[in-house]
Amino acid sequence: MSFVEYREQIQDGDTAIIFLGHDSMFPVTIKQGSQTQTKYGVIRHSTDLIGKNYGSKVTCSKGGWVYVLYPTPELWTTNLPHRTQILYSTDISMITMMLELKPGSVVCESGTGSGSLSHAIIRTVAPTGHLYTVEFHQQRAEKAVEEFQQHKVDHLVTVKNQDVCKNGFGVSHIADAVFLDIPSPWEAIGHAKDALKIEGGRVCSFSPCIEQVQRTCLALEEHGFTEINTLEILLRVYDVRCISLPVPDFGTPAEEKGESSVADKAKQIPTSQPGTVQFKSGVSSREMVGHTGYLTFATKNLF
Amino acid sequence: MSVGGMAEGVPGGQLIQEGDYVVLKKQDVYKAVQVQRRKKLIFEKQWIYLDNAIGKHYGTTFEVTGGGNLQIKRSEAAAAEPKEAGADNRNIVDDGKSQKLTRDDIEALKEKGIKGQEIVQQLIENSTTFRDKTEFAQEKYIKKKKKKYDPNISILKPSSRILAMMYYAREPGKICQLRYDTLAQMLTLGNIHAGSRVIVMETCAGLVLGSVMERMGGYGSVIQMYPGTGPVRAATDCFGFPKSFSESLYEFPLSKVESLISGTFSGHSRVSAQRDSVQGGDEESNGSTAEKKEPAQDVAEETCPVTEPEGSADSSQPETQEEMEVSGEESNERDQNPEKKQIVMEKKRKQDERRKRESEAAVLLQNKNADGLIIASRFHPAPLLLTLLGFVSPSRPFVVYCQYKEPLLECYTKLRERGGVINLKLSETWLRNYQVLPDRSHPKLVMSSGGGYLLHGITVAREPAKPNSSCPERTGEPAPKKLKVAELES
Repeated sequence: MSFVEYREQIQDGDTAIIFLGHDSMFPVTIKQGSQTQTKYGVIRHSTDLIGKNYGSKVTCSKGGWVYVLYPTPELWTTNLPHRTQILYSTDISMITMMLELKPGSVVCESGTGSGSLSHAIIRTVAPTGHLYTVEFHQQRAEKAVEEFQQHKVDHLVTVKNQDVCKNGFGVSHIADAVFLDIPSPWEAIGHAKDALKIEGGRVCSFSPCIEQVQRTCLALEEHGFTEINTLEILLRVYDVRCISLPVPDFGTPAEEKGESSVADKAKQIPTSQPGTVQFKSGVSSREMVGHTGYLTFATKNLF
Repeated sequence: MSVGGMAEGVPGGQLIQEGDYVVLKKQDVYKAVQVQRRKKLIFEKQWIYLDNAIGKHYGTTFEVTGGGNLQIKRSEAAAAEPKEAGADNRNIVDDGKSQKLTRDDIEALKEKGIKGQEIVQQLIENSTTFRDKTEFAQEKYIKKKKKKYDPNISILKPSSRILAMMYYAREPGKICQLRYDTLAQMLTLGNIHAGSRVIVMETCAGLVLGSVMERMGGYGSVIQMYPGTGPVRAATDCFGFPKSFSESLYEFPLSKVESLISGTFSGHSRVSAQRDSVQGGDEESNGSTAEKKEPAQDVAEETCPVTEPEGSADSSQPETQEEMEVSGEESNERDQNPEKKQIVMEKKRKQDERRKRESEAAVLLQNKNADGLIIASRFHPAPLLLTLLGFVSPSRPFVVYCQYKEPLLECYTKLRERGGVINLKLSETWLRNYQVLPDRSHPKLVMSSGGGYLLHGITVAREPAKPNSSCPERTGEPAPKKLKVAELES
């Protein structure tokens, strides 16, 4: 198992995702002799998991079953242990594309936080790129190093425990892209410029508040960045439902009902109840995430 | 596997060279072109030559001088003049007479070859109301005039960011209205990365294919499933990928998928079999499948000519009509006309190469172990998805794009009936751009209201199909329970 390379079989030491159904999943570290409890009963790693293929259905002790999934950065994002507020895949996808990340890219990031974005960056820049990530909180930095080792991506990432606003990224003129998710990104723009290659590169800053964005944009302009652009991306998720609406009764005799156009349409989809029309709909949730943060992008040019 | 001839890191790799595919940028308008010497291009109502850009760095900004030549634009010294501005617009009247320069005057200035910057300055000086405008209004005025009279052109290295934005703005119809943030979601949700084996079915001019290839960096393999007689890769070409990337790119016709599944697929067709017998047929047969021929696919092979996508230089493209005619007369003229013979030989070589790649793609597909599936086409997604998912390994992501929501509702229902998938999600993203200026920050006036919909999920090991109920999507998954799951580490 490695986050940057698919493998078929579940092996000792892997991180796997146990899928219980309907958005219910959790990560598990595979270990010989170890057991995992689920609401469907116990899973024994040695017999139930190791040697099986990813994507298999595993029957638990109480007769219930789960699926074992290969860990992708996206599954990790929805299941990782939070040490901070994290970035989710909707923002991550935009960051990855707008920073023009690809295999071979060298990226600087701060702060590391819970490593949600870090895993996605590492996946994209592998096998020839590298991530330099800076986290000023010692415990979080140590925990991130531990996770990268466990996920067998530590050769693609360097974690530094320092303050990016004071000390920068610890590298100079080697990055293709810089990402900032810190409370005062404007204090790190100079360091971002220094980390980027002489010939240029892209920078992104994530901030929840518009005041932070304004100060960041001013700092970007002062440091000669161009193509400064702020955007926000929102995810709308739809539930697929069968909806049935009752047809009003106008007192029409029963035998004539079949003639009406509404009832005609209803015939095409089998109705469960007489006097109703059924259709499929993508229903939006009653509530959605309305704001995560503003994403500000900019380009550093040679001149 | 090669590193893909990455120019990055190599000195000079960031320099614009003749033959490079580049993107011209003026304000927020992009245009992809190939750099050719002495070639006249039109961009935003302006004729230009790119000759002077050769040897310059990517990202350089140019101004257009007389005759359409480019000249490097140095960062202009900000016109720091004593600012004089009004507080509000209570005394500004729109009488249409505030600008003292006439249209003819401006045209005359332009014809004299006066720099755009100076024209803007003249317009400001001849505006009677400029001094009374507020500081913000003055800035806006200058910005507007600069846009018109002082255009700068930047030359950028192509990327999926730039090309996706360009296509969405210029030719959304050609990419099924796929907005760039939606494309970004697809690449992430599909876990596209180096080393994977990905199946792509798209009719988005090759933009989705190019974006997938960019994320794979030449590592792994991409199989493009194409409708009709050949894949369209006009947008893919704009990326300017190194030659080595094409080694990992395969194509396979959708029209042969059925025969591939039923085991009757053959890499050979009647046309090729004939030619093989004439010319001593040294090509080894693709041993994986039976030699049975499908009449339909022979017809497809013979009526090969198609409208070639513009700007496509791919050698694997089907031949044009003329070339087909030449090949028809092959047997008669072969000995008399050596030039034609050479064309025919070249054509045969290409055809053999194409058939060989098709057989290789067939073998890859038959392994049924692809690492992902990306669909974005003008066709109904349900049959594509249900058929192509069979080629994907368990525990792999798949993403389907559709401009409309309804076909994806159907896909959702049918996938539930089929089984072998979990974590199905139907989603859409909204994208909002902001103007951020001191004391003038707000969302941009206009936002895009349709970037399409995505259905994505993860494949799992399949089981025998369950009996179908009237509304399977409600019964397919257990109701969410607020059960806490404790993990025991022993």
